[in-house]
Amino acid sequence: MIRDFQPGNSAERTPKPQVATVVGMAADTHCPYCALQCAMTLRAGADGVDVEARDFPTNRGGLCQKGWTSADLLHHPERLTTPLVRDGDTLRPATWEEALHRIVAGIGAIQERHGRDAVGVFGGGGLTNEKAYALGRFARVALRTRTIDYNGRFCMSSAAAAGNRAFGLDRGLPFPVEDIAAADAVLLVGANPAETMPPFVRHLRGDGLIVVDPRRTATARLAALHLQPTPGTDLALGNGLLHIAITEGHLDKEYVDARTTGFDQVRAAVAQWWPARVERLTGVPVADVYAAVERLADARRAMVLTARGAEQHAKGTDTVTAFVNLALALGLPGRPGSGYGCLTGQGNGQGGREHGQKADQLPGYRRIDDPAARAHVARVWGVAPEDIPGPGPSAYELLSSDAVRALLVFGSNPVVSAPRAAGVRRWLGDLDLLVVADFVLSETAALADVVLPTAQWAEEDGTMTNLEGRVIRRRRLTEPPQGVRTDLAVLAELSGRLGVPTSADPGRVFDELRRASAGGVADYAGITYERIDAEGGVFWPCPDEAHPGTPRLFLNRFATPDGRARFVPVEHRPAAEEPDADFPLYLTTGRVLTQYQSGAQTRRISALPGDPYVELHPDLATRIGIDDGAPVTVATRRGSATAPARVSTTIRADTVFMPFHYGGANLLTNPALDPISRMPEFKVCAAKVTPA
Amino acid sequence: MRVVVVGYGMAGARVVADLRARDVKVTALGAEPHRPYNRILLSSLLAGKVGEDDLAIAAAPAGADVRLGEPVVAVDPGRRLVRTTQEEHEYDALVLATGSMPVIPPLPGLDAANVHAFRTLDDCRRIASHAAGARRAVVLGGGLLGLEAARGLAGRGLAVDVVHLGTHLMERQLDGDGGRVLARTLAGLGIRAHLGASAREWTGDALHLADGNRIPADLLVLACGVRPDTRLAAAAGLTVGRGIVVDDALRTSDPHVYAIGDCAEHRGTVYGLVAPAWDHAATVADRIAGGRAAYRGSRVVTRLKASGVDLAAMGSPEAPADAEVVSFADPARGTYARLVIHENRITGAVLLGDNPAVGTVVQLFDRDAEAPVDRRSLLLGRAHGADPPVAADSPALMPDAAVVCRCNTVRKAAITAVWRGGGRTVAEVVAATRATTGCGGCRDAVCGLVDWLSTVDPDTEVAA
Repeated sequence: MIRDFQPGNSAERTPKPQVATVVGMAADTHCPYCALQCAMTLRAGADGVDVEARDFPTNRGGLCQKGWTSADLLHHPERLTTPLVRDGDTLRPATWEEALHRIVAGIGAIQERHGRDAVGVFGGGGLTNEKAYALGRFARVALRTRTIDYNGRFCMSSAAAAGNRAFGLDRGLPFPVEDIAAADAVLLVGANPAETMPPFVRHLRGDGLIVVDPRRTATARLAALHLQPTPGTDLALGNGLLHIAITEGHLDKEYVDARTTGFDQVRAAVAQWWPARVERLTGVPVADVYAAVERLADARRAMVLTARGAEQHAKGTDTVTAFVNLALALGLPGRPGSGYGCLTGQGNGQGGREHGQKADQLPGYRRIDDPAARAHVARVWGVAPEDIPGPGPSAYELLSSDAVRALLVFGSNPVVSAPRAAGVRRWLGDLDLLVVADFVLSETAALADVVLPTAQWAEEDGTMTNLEGRVIRRRRLTEPPQGVRTDLAVLAELSGRLGVPTSADPGRVFDELRRASAGGVADYAGITYERIDAEGGVFWPCPDEAHPGTPRLFLNRFATPDGRARFVPVEHRPAAEEPDADFPLYLTTGRVLTQYQSGAQTRRISALPGDPYVELHPDLATRIGIDDGAPVTVATRRGSATAPARVSTTIRADTVFMPFHYGGANLLTNPALDPISRMPEFKVCAAKVTPA
Repeated sequence: MRVVVVGYGMAGARVVADLRARDVKVTALGAEPHRPYNRILLSSLLAGKVGEDDLAIAAAPAGADVRLGEPVVAVDPGRRLVRTTQEEHEYDALVLATGSMPVIPPLPGLDAANVHAFRTLDDCRRIASHAAGARRAVVLGGGLLGLEAARGLAGRGLAVDVVHLGTHLMERQLDGDGGRVLARTLAGLGIRAHLGASAREWTGDALHLADGNRIPADLLVLACGVRPDTRLAAAAGLTVGRGIVVDDALRTSDPHVYAIGDCAEHRGTVYGLVAPAWDHAATVADRIAGGRAAYRGSRVVTRLKASGVDLAAMGSPEAPADAEVVSFADPARGTYARLVIHENRITGAVLLGDNPAVGTVVQLFDRDAEAPVDRRSLLLGRAHGADPPVAADSPALMPDAAVVCRCNTVRKAAITAVWRGGGRTVAEVVAATRATTGCGGCRDAVCGLVDWLSTVDPDTEVAA
């Protein structure tokens, strides 16, 4: 049965939040939202918390309106300050004791009846390193379930898989963000930082900027060259760029010989992607493809950066690989001032994928199927290696699995962020037990059997790892409101009740994380809170306290067994669902400046404007007979959603765009998965548009 | 199932890969002893832009038995076997991918050592080797291949003459005006075209024309077209027209024998291009694997591979009587565009030079999709679809609702309100509105607004 969210049921009965206790006058921390982790100072003021921008290499003193208004949620009327438990169709306030008892009893009954793996955990890329680590440990040691994954699967997994495949290591940017500002040419593939992380734009120079995006976005408008491909054809474009780099003599042969393997197979593969073929498939004029290559090849320092536009496809891993191949052929990765990187999305999208909330992973970016990794982590956890469960299902597979009967959700709102969301909503509603820890009643929390009110960023300590792989501190300004607990406290309490006592103290959890990550790919062993405070952050890997950290990776060798980067031949194939007579258009989804992720936070902040819309080209508007602002219905094989039309020449005439923050877009998206990364195909499916 | 492919060029290699992708075992027989190469890059090789290594095509997939240097001498459809110079191979399905051969015109003197067709890697090697010591070359034939050869030779520093029988270059693809703009563009690259010119004789140091003109050259390249290699098929008794006649399953007159690529004739058309050959390969692979794929012809987009010349041509240059023709010409800068639109679809187009919408036109043609209402956008591209107004344009003309700072959604009205409230400096405007604190890109616009406000009477003009 679908239990619809009934606004008011819980809000009316939730006591008004207490004014938080001020524990210090000010705290130097970082923004709660995206992976740029802009530095900010929080100051306790007379009417709440004031946000001040703070200078840091990533934001250079800038903040966007999401950051400026981030404190508005601390004392928001919809803030949850008491646990809620479900009675029939309604959620009612409850004591922590009742809520926790219900959870532990439910877990026990379900695991006894259906096995340990029937209880799942779903995490988030916004959780601190400590929480991500504690969540993975909680699942493997306290629940002893293999069923754990997180929403970063929907975010970073394709770039991570491609980075691991090519370099033997995945760190979003293998160099500090300042290097981007010094580059003469930057190719941004499927990234719109002018909306998603505005202060990042301070590191971009328009004269050397090339943007690949099916929409003429705010970022594309800054660029010297904008390539506007058909959705789902970036891989062909990447192969086409490399084809031209070779035929125009831009191959860095010395680098390819000395630092890579596998070029011959890639050369043979891209030989079949001659410019005219690429143009026909992508719609990008041949001359523009040449111009892009020339700019990259002529630059003394050049960067190739990908983001969700390239990655959120059923061929996302291979698409990223096509651009990694291009960067390798031009000799960029591991050369000071040049390189390949991906722009991480969520606040701790980097650290969140390193410390064990991923289905196939143990802390330190270790593989869960690696016996040595299991033995090491088992020692830290004080368990037998064979007691650590094996790899579990990936996010979407988890969220549609018949074998899972209970789910504990931390820092995620999959009802809005998962593909084919109506199915996910139904699945969540059919669970025997759904537990959601959040600080507002998100769409997912509204379906829960138990909702646990948790602390916000200004109320907790910990570390985040930003898009550069720089480990930074989140610092607490105030205590959480009365009745609210930190995620770590919740996990420690549940773990203890399940017979595995752990600490709720971020510092102690971080020390354990350091030991667990020691010797792993993402080695945090030498990073301490004190060092972060003193040094303004530390880049991993940092194997011991005397180690300076690693701002720039790969300068001498790649993290592969032979030290060389790997070229991997990749072939374009059509999207999992291409337009046809019934659904003749491409639908692509993305983000807007004023909203973050599922919008559970930002949609509640009244100072942040923004409503759902459907962006479409005037030719299409004319064809279906609608004007700007008219409501239109976008339908796919999975569902339909209605929103006002935003008619604009900035989009291709064969494509419509919807921001995904509002719950409509992901009713439509296709859950076809990348075979390697298990990333769903958020960025392209077949759709039709009609006047509503 | 025994599948044999005859010919291991672009079409043969592709069908082998497509068959292996469907897990069908296959034996391929290639006549040439050297490894197969990517014909698409021959003109780049001639131009000296790539080396022979760059022409390598992907190694044969696992499970494919590829035999190079084993020419097929006969096909026996009755016994379902092919005979090579070495042995016999039985088949259940046979795919002929025998390609095409250059047309050699019946002219005296073409047996000279400095005369070369332009078709194979060996041709290309010979031309390049001759070009090394040459100053002038003449290319006979002003079609696609001839012009690519001419451009390659010009790129090597040779003066090149193109002798062409037709009244304009590439007349199969271009209209007359387009051909003239192309000739002008090529002239700027050191390539002179002789149109309506008929060759009479090659004397080793010059090509003599029927009109008595004599074009001195150290080297003659023949690019007079190709014809399908139908010899094996004809000898085997298969139906042959211009090419080996096939149906929509790419089947010849013998149901166990298919033909693909340059050697095949489908619905009266012989394509001679790689893209259709690959369409053929996909169809045949599906059929042999038990599928029901049907081939209904390819929409051909021709793109000249010649550095410094951006030419795309598609469909027919002829315009039906009731068709629209949309065109733009700037011959002095080498730009020409002509679109034929019939029943609201692009049926033919010639785009030469700087055409920002070429990618869109190619895709609309390829998909047989409806043309946009505003035809100009097909000629002028995104330059025509203007970006949203930029806030920095002019402070005075900027509407109050214009967003000056996007990162913080600060409108002009908010900044004038700060001014009216007594804020007189950029710093005060920034503190009050947070403009400029995101990406920082609006700093000039905010400074401009503050400057402008200081020069106007805010109580009258700003309020107005």
